[in-house]
Amino acid sequence: MSLHSKNFLEIRPLPVEDIELILATSESLKEVSSRDIKKVPTLRGKTIINLFYEASTRTRTSFEIAGKRMSADVINISASSSSVTKGESLKDTAKNLQALSPDIIVIRHPAPGAARQLARTLDCSIINAGDGAHEHPTQAMLDIMTIKEKKGYIKGLNVAIIGDITHSRVARSDIWALTKLGAKVTVVGPKTLIPPYIEKLGINVSYELAEIIPSADVIIMLRIQKERHRNGFFPSLREYSKLFGLNLTKLKSAKADLLIMHPGPVNRGIELDPEVADGPYSVILEQVSNGLAVRMSLMYLLLGGITI
Amino acid sequence: MRLLIKGARVIDPAQGLDDGLDILLQNGKIVRIAPDIAPDNDDMRILSAENKIAAPGLIDMHTHLREPGREDKETILTGAKAAINGGFTSIACMANTAPVNDNQAVTDFILNQAQKAGLCRVYPIGSITKKLAGNILSEMAELKDAGVIAVSDDGFTIANADVMRRALEYASMLNLPVICHCEDAALSKDGVMHEGLMSTMLGLKCIPAQAEEIIVARDIALAELTGARIHIAHVSTAGSVALIRDAKLRGIQVTAEVTPHHFSLTDEAVSNFDTNTKVNPPLRTKSDVSALIEGLADGAIDVIASDHAPHTTAEKELEYNYAPFGMIGLETSLALTLTKLVHSGTLSLKSAIAKLTINPARILGLDKGTLKIGADADITIIDINKRITVDVACFRSKGKNSPFNKWEVQGIPVYTIVGGKIHPSGEIGTSNVLSF
Repeated sequence: MSLHSKNFLEIRPLPVEDIELILATSESLKEVSSRDIKKVPTLRGKTIINLFYEASTRTRTSFEIAGKRMSADVINISASSSSVTKGESLKDTAKNLQALSPDIIVIRHPAPGAARQLARTLDCSIINAGDGAHEHPTQAMLDIMTIKEKKGYIKGLNVAIIGDITHSRVARSDIWALTKLGAKVTVVGPKTLIPPYIEKLGINVSYELAEIIPSADVIIMLRIQKERHRNGFFPSLREYSKLFGLNLTKLKSAKADLLIMHPGPVNRGIELDPEVADGPYSVILEQVSNGLAVRMSLMYLLLGGITI
Repeated sequence: MRLLIKGARVIDPAQGLDDGLDILLQNGKIVRIAPDIAPDNDDMRILSAENKIAAPGLIDMHTHLREPGREDKETILTGAKAAINGGFTSIACMANTAPVNDNQAVTDFILNQAQKAGLCRVYPIGSITKKLAGNILSEMAELKDAGVIAVSDDGFTIANADVMRRALEYASMLNLPVICHCEDAALSKDGVMHEGLMSTMLGLKCIPAQAEEIIVARDIALAELTGARIHIAHVSTAGSVALIRDAKLRGIQVTAEVTPHHFSLTDEAVSNFDTNTKVNPPLRTKSDVSALIEGLADGAIDVIASDHAPHTTAEKELEYNYAPFGMIGLETSLALTLTKLVHSGTLSLKSAIAKLTINPARILGLDKGTLKIGADADITIIDINKRITVDVACFRSKGKNSPFNKWEVQGIPVYTIVGGKIHPSGEIGTSNVLSF
């Protein structure tokens, strides 16, 4: 069994059998991280470059640890803002990296499509670790892995994604993954942060958090960028929090087995009250652990599942 | 110095001509059009145009030649070569050079370079405001004396309606048409593609159709207020077409153009993040494309213009957000017009030719675009059936930024005749059938 593509760029074109293969592989590789010696020799002699054009701690660290647990050599490159400032095109950067013969390049970039553009130029495998507001496919994989782990299934679940949908790559990748697997998705947020025609992706739109809480099986909260109100997307963080933040009072009508997720980092007291983030519904830290397993399994699958 | 074009189907919309006729040229002018003109002595060169169309030389009223300032993207010489290869005998070039064409010196320079190139006719468009800054009017009278045939701040909308009003009044006093780039910059802010389902899926910042329509409506209102003539550049939305159609019915002096890329492509072309699809105004939806074609057919849209915008490959290899807007068009405009509009049966050949000849000539006040006796011998010979697979490597333009590379098109120019001088043309790709 192998994936249909040598790259992992987007959930949108991904066949369901690939999603299921990644999930199954992740579930079995998760065990490695609970061993005393957290390392398997599978990717010994392979080189993985983390090419990050955006500040990131958790995603970059997750990829780095994932590579190391698989025994690959992992190199981190933090390109300050963008090669554009130095006048180098993404294509040139890519060719230079190619000359170093990596096996996988993991790219995080503020421009939508950057991973796809890189993949067009390079022979090695590319993993998209987030390209602007386009996609964050490993986040979607770890989200569905977490849901499946807790609920046992995805099909038919009511999943609400709450917050700034317009600027969220997590929302887009989650929507593709969840709808492919048969979940019923509702996006909730201020009208100014819901992108046009999103309902055509086969999902519902709501502007009323209270309305969706009672039926929700899973709530995925999105991080709200504190500066957004300055661009006029909403009047104040105070009002945003009042309308779209989650607290225990709002959760009184929730199902007992509701899952609350967040891609992190959490703005405590803005989109999530601390009592909720650390409360019984929250599976935020499980998400982080599963993220590691998902990234390990992708590296394994993209490099052909070589065993030594 | 006589040339006899024999056996062509001559189509001249300005004279209502569509017939098998011969055309006799002498000293750079058209001297006779009649059936079966007999060659009368040896010094008469004969150009056989059997099974071809002879049309008035095509006119592209919207190009960017980049010289002075960005000769790495295009020069007047390479732009003129591209024009000839695409069948254009006349082109009008926009003012957004560096320095801006807002004074006589720049206009003189452009005309000199065009003369040195010695290929097609080049008509400079002056800026409406100094440095395209939208504040102070350019010295339009001097620009006109130097040879400017219209004014435009193309690339920018004059945000201040009062400045635009005075510009229209002043230009109309000089009988200079004002070409309007319609974009509400506050609404299109940071956008790189059309706002719709595709932008939602791709996560790219987007430009709603209304960013264009708001300014189209404003500029029509200002034309009504001032009685000036305005021409709306690169119309891209159904709403704009409706506004223009309605304004024409109300007798307002407004004309409009559509580019081949806006009637050939939709925002779905962006889905692969090919930066050659990044253009301003952006590629719109299927229903916009239908409305543009309907507007071309019913006369709401007068002109097909390329908005030829060459950029270097290095610039276009950047990320979608950072790559510059614009695509080249001089060498594919005719082919796309014939393929997408004429062969598909939505626009008559005569009407298509009018939108590439007499209509832009009339808007710009040029004594061009017709094959009447005594006119300059500017003629485009067209093979409307020839099938070609487009290859940007064949283009004469320095720019290779075309989303139409590898497209199959039907119909190309074969000769571009300027002032009686014959240039071979239509070398834009590889032929799909053996030619004999």
